[in-house]
Amino acid sequence: MKVTFLLNGETVEVDTPATQTLLDWLRETRGLTGTKEGCNEGDCGACSVIVTDAQTKRALNACILFMPQLHGKAVRTVEGISGPDGTLHPVQQAMVDHHGSQCGFCTPGFIASMAAGHANGRSDHDDVLAGNLCRCTGYAPIARAAIAAEAMPVPIWMKEPELPTGPAPFAPDTLNALATWYAANPDATVIAGATDVGLWVTKQLRDLDKVVFLNRCTDLQHITVTGDTITFGAGATMVDVHDTLRDHHPSYAEMIRRYGSEQVRAAATIGGNIANGSPIGDNPPALIALGATLHLRHGDVSRDIPLQDFFITYGKQDRAHGELVTGVTIPKSAPNLRVYKVSKRFDQDISAVCGAFNLTITNDVVTDAKIAFGGMAGTPHRASKVEAALIGQPWTQTTTATAAELFTQDYTPMSDMRASATYRMEIAQNMLHRYFADLAGLPVSVLEVQP
Amino acid sequence: MSVGKSLPHDAGHLHVTGAARYIDDIPTPANTLHLAFGMSECAAGTITKMDLTAVRAANGVVTVMTADDLPFANDVSPSAHDEPLLATGQIHYLGQPLYMVVATSHLAARKAARLGQINVVETTPILTIDQAMTANSRFEDGPRTWSKGDVDAALKTAPNRLTGTIEMGSQEHFYLEGQAALALPGEDGDMVVHSSTQHPTEIQHKVAEALGIPMHAVRCEVRRMGGGFGGKESQGNALAVGCAIAARATGRPCKMRYDRDDDMMITGKRHDFRISYDVGYDDTGRLTGVDFTQMTRCGWALDLSIPVADRAMLHADNAYLLPTARITSHRLKTNTQSATAYRGFGGPQGVLGIERVMDHVAAELGMDPVTVRQANYYAPMNAKTDVPNTTPYGMEITDFILHDMTEQLLSDANYTDRKAKVAAFNADNPTLKRGLGISPVKFGISFTLTHLNQAGALVHVYQDGSIHLNHGGTEMGQGLFQKVAQVAASRFGVDISAVKITATDTGKVPNTSATAASSGTDLNGMAVQIACDTIRDRIAACVADHHGGDVTFKDGHVYAGDTKLTFAQAAMLAYTNRVSLSATGFYKTPDLSWDRIKGEGRPFFYFAQGIALTEVVIDTLTGENRILRTDVIHDAGASLNPALDIGQIEGGYVQGAGWLTTEELVWDNDGRLRTHAPATYKIPAMSDRPDIFNVSLWDAPNPAHTVYRSKAVGEPPFMLGISAFLALSDAVTACGDSYPDLHAPATAEQILAAIKRAKA
Repeated sequence: MKVTFLLNGETVEVDTPATQTLLDWLRETRGLTGTKEGCNEGDCGACSVIVTDAQTKRALNACILFMPQLHGKAVRTVEGISGPDGTLHPVQQAMVDHHGSQCGFCTPGFIASMAAGHANGRSDHDDVLAGNLCRCTGYAPIARAAIAAEAMPVPIWMKEPELPTGPAPFAPDTLNALATWYAANPDATVIAGATDVGLWVTKQLRDLDKVVFLNRCTDLQHITVTGDTITFGAGATMVDVHDTLRDHHPSYAEMIRRYGSEQVRAAATIGGNIANGSPIGDNPPALIALGATLHLRHGDVSRDIPLQDFFITYGKQDRAHGELVTGVTIPKSAPNLRVYKVSKRFDQDISAVCGAFNLTITNDVVTDAKIAFGGMAGTPHRASKVEAALIGQPWTQTTTATAAELFTQDYTPMSDMRASATYRMEIAQNMLHRYFADLAGLPVSVLEVQP
Repeated sequence: MSVGKSLPHDAGHLHVTGAARYIDDIPTPANTLHLAFGMSECAAGTITKMDLTAVRAANGVVTVMTADDLPFANDVSPSAHDEPLLATGQIHYLGQPLYMVVATSHLAARKAARLGQINVVETTPILTIDQAMTANSRFEDGPRTWSKGDVDAALKTAPNRLTGTIEMGSQEHFYLEGQAALALPGEDGDMVVHSSTQHPTEIQHKVAEALGIPMHAVRCEVRRMGGGFGGKESQGNALAVGCAIAARATGRPCKMRYDRDDDMMITGKRHDFRISYDVGYDDTGRLTGVDFTQMTRCGWALDLSIPVADRAMLHADNAYLLPTARITSHRLKTNTQSATAYRGFGGPQGVLGIERVMDHVAAELGMDPVTVRQANYYAPMNAKTDVPNTTPYGMEITDFILHDMTEQLLSDANYTDRKAKVAAFNADNPTLKRGLGISPVKFGISFTLTHLNQAGALVHVYQDGSIHLNHGGTEMGQGLFQKVAQVAASRFGVDISAVKITATDTGKVPNTSATAASSGTDLNGMAVQIACDTIRDRIAACVADHHGGDVTFKDGHVYAGDTKLTFAQAAMLAYTNRVSLSATGFYKTPDLSWDRIKGEGRPFFYFAQGIALTEVVIDTLTGENRILRTDVIHDAGASLNPALDIGQIEGGYVQGAGWLTTEELVWDNDGRLRTHAPATYKIPAMSDRPDIFNVSLWDAPNPAHTVYRSKAVGEPPFMLGISAFLALSDAVTACGDSYPDLHAPATAEQILAAIKRAKA
């Protein structure tokens, strides 16, 4: 199958297997070795490149980006970020001037992320660069360089020529086509952002015989905000989800700010995070606490279920062979929603525990409670005993202290490399205390403390 | 003059454009083959059968080799010949290379390497410090002990006494460029090896042994590494040797690079330690005696564990004059990756031990931890003292400058004011607590294996006045090449652009030491200076012959009396007068003597020093935490390049703080490392650096006669990260009345556990 895209401004047409990664193609076939392999799993950012489509310009991890995902887009590697005459891009010059490289191996990835952020006028450098690890500098000179480059204009050569068009391999253009094809080919692997499936290929070394990419189904990517609901198409990326949530559910949005990294959020989709069924995905606890409705489709048959019913047991979801997750709907307003993610590192880390709290308190009495956790069991699910102990009770610390004890009846967490079972249980309980303080307006987050 | 200028890294413009070449970027001949290791799935046992049929049959596989197929030495150890490249029947750890796949692509090799059927009679692995102590599983006959004075008597008569223990975890280097090597077979059995290594001579040596050929038939070259941090001092041997053997066997170029997960499963890491202390002290906080017991997991093979454990003992005093001391060190043998060199080389562990003691004593006495430290400092340089200003190993300290540096830091960082503000914040906030931590470092500079303190250089001046610079040091990002080039440019009085930095090459400078122990600039800078001066003196003599007068080299020119020549003209003059414009330089560090068995002597040429103050905030409900502000003053002597030195300090601090906070290596009960990729092993990210990060240099020349009176700067600042750990401990202490005994790494989970102890 042939994939057509722009590489550093020039059209390339590549005959590629469906699961060849951009990184391997760049380095091994194309001989462009500026883009580095640091981890081959999307966690270090050394392979970052800039990918431009009709709407956006984003840094992505080339190590878990499959060639067919690039069809009709423009890829810019570190080699194409300096000008045709060798003139350095402002972020490149700033990195030299501010001593932002030492060993230099992470640097091309930083340059790609910085240049993407620069093109988008970003100044939240800690977020823009959260997915790029550097082991030498301690980041201080990189931050100085990013700030120094902010005011410089975007070089003319960064503007991509017209994007190529034409039908894509392995990728239907509409949900209808996708649903029909997938119902007929239920053994296929559905690939959205490839932030998880990518690792099946690069780490588990699996051969995926039959795949379908859904990134070209634009009708699956809509985000619809109505009077009282928000519906995310399953193909909406976490960047877009984050942008929407910021206005309506700031605590959920703050958690998503720390979900993966800039590169991961730009590829990952909300549908993928749900359909994947992981007990430690970060969207499901928040969505369940919001009482989300999940939309599924099998051929031309659609159905809606409460999201909390989707997760049956570890590794098993309420999804038939050949059935697609098409979207999720949440209420637009939930002022008491708070989402707490605890992980070893704030950015780009999988949660040890992610807890979401959504209580309705009327006249100081709890009238409704939805509490859901990830990382506490084989599936994300609600803390029904705790909820029951809260409903009807006055909203006091005595109530939360009593209710928190019941987490031990709702969950039996496990110990792993991220946290012990004991710690998971303790912080789940403590999160209820934090929630009380949070709603009372007290400071509860170390991230908000200023020096 | 070029030295002292904040020039950018010599390859900065190559780094930012992706043009800087690392091993895997070197264009390879079309018939190059690729290697991958088949690895052990258990931690201990005896192999009864290896069925590699499926491996051999896999797509793209050219050959598969086991220990039986190795023609000569099957050893990649840097020390004791106890580290077979491929297992010889015994399995020593989970991840150990058992066989080697040679295939037509990296991916084909990786896929095939997973197909081996290995039958093993498993035995119970020894994984932990406690298991190793119980089994008396150790290197050397017994513990190593060094003493100063009668510590037992001092402890018995001490006005106050306390005991405690601190655990400190291991650390993965996480160099961004994984281990890699490329071997190119030449004619007549010769072999050229490109290796991402801090130690090209050792690569040459081990390859020669493995191929049964003299060292002269092997050449190792390395232009740069994508990070080293000690992890490429010995851990690249296996790849280079494997590639060379496969290249010899197939007659084709062979390349190997570890996938990140394989890299973390196979290679050694920092030594984790448990340090117990029994301390006597008076009411002013002065220590009267300390009895330290250091236990460390060395892993399955010796590697560099002896000098690492020695250096931990050598830094058990850090900046403090201990009237009496005993340091006992257990070097434990376990069925885990063979722990290896890592920035600081045991020093950070030893320093953390005594820094914990200082904080613990301060907490018991209700004193300011800074005051306790100052009360115990060595006497300052040039001060007259009543008692000998000597270390536990009998070395007199004559260059101690931390008194002044501490006062400066306390003033610059508004310590007193901020301490009051932290107390006020903590009184107001039930959930969040702030803490302050201060830690000095005094780090001994020199290899403790004295003969390693030597270096060579090769310098050519061409007839156009351009200069070719080569030395035995390797570039891993630290800026060594640029600092040494600045020395060369300064000796000739030319601009840095006249100097071409070239790849480290065992064919140019032989018998080099590893670029390690922070010694790169001290040793190689001096060797280059000597080589340059030899050529410069020859040119000067030639110019004086022709033009008379005193000859000086300045601003790209050579002045002799009234004559002014460009440097190129002077070079051409020397060339046409048949003057050699090529020279070697050789340097060895003076005044070293060391008996590591007795623990006596002068192992170090001088000490590099620094001090840091860190402020943190913790969440007492979850243990989450972050660094708010860090202030550092560090001593780089008369800095050769302030920008590069500050880069080492900022980077060292963050790496040190990472070691003690988020970087947790977790082995399960089977000995399987569960944190073998960045998904699960968390080094600091961008937002983990301090919000406010003030770093300044203590600008004073090194009293020791080093190159331009500069000081080594690679490792010492790593230990400044200890202040972050101490700040976390301080914040935890604010939660209750008991001393919390925080252990490292202080993950959120560890902090929450310590909070409970503080409240108990």
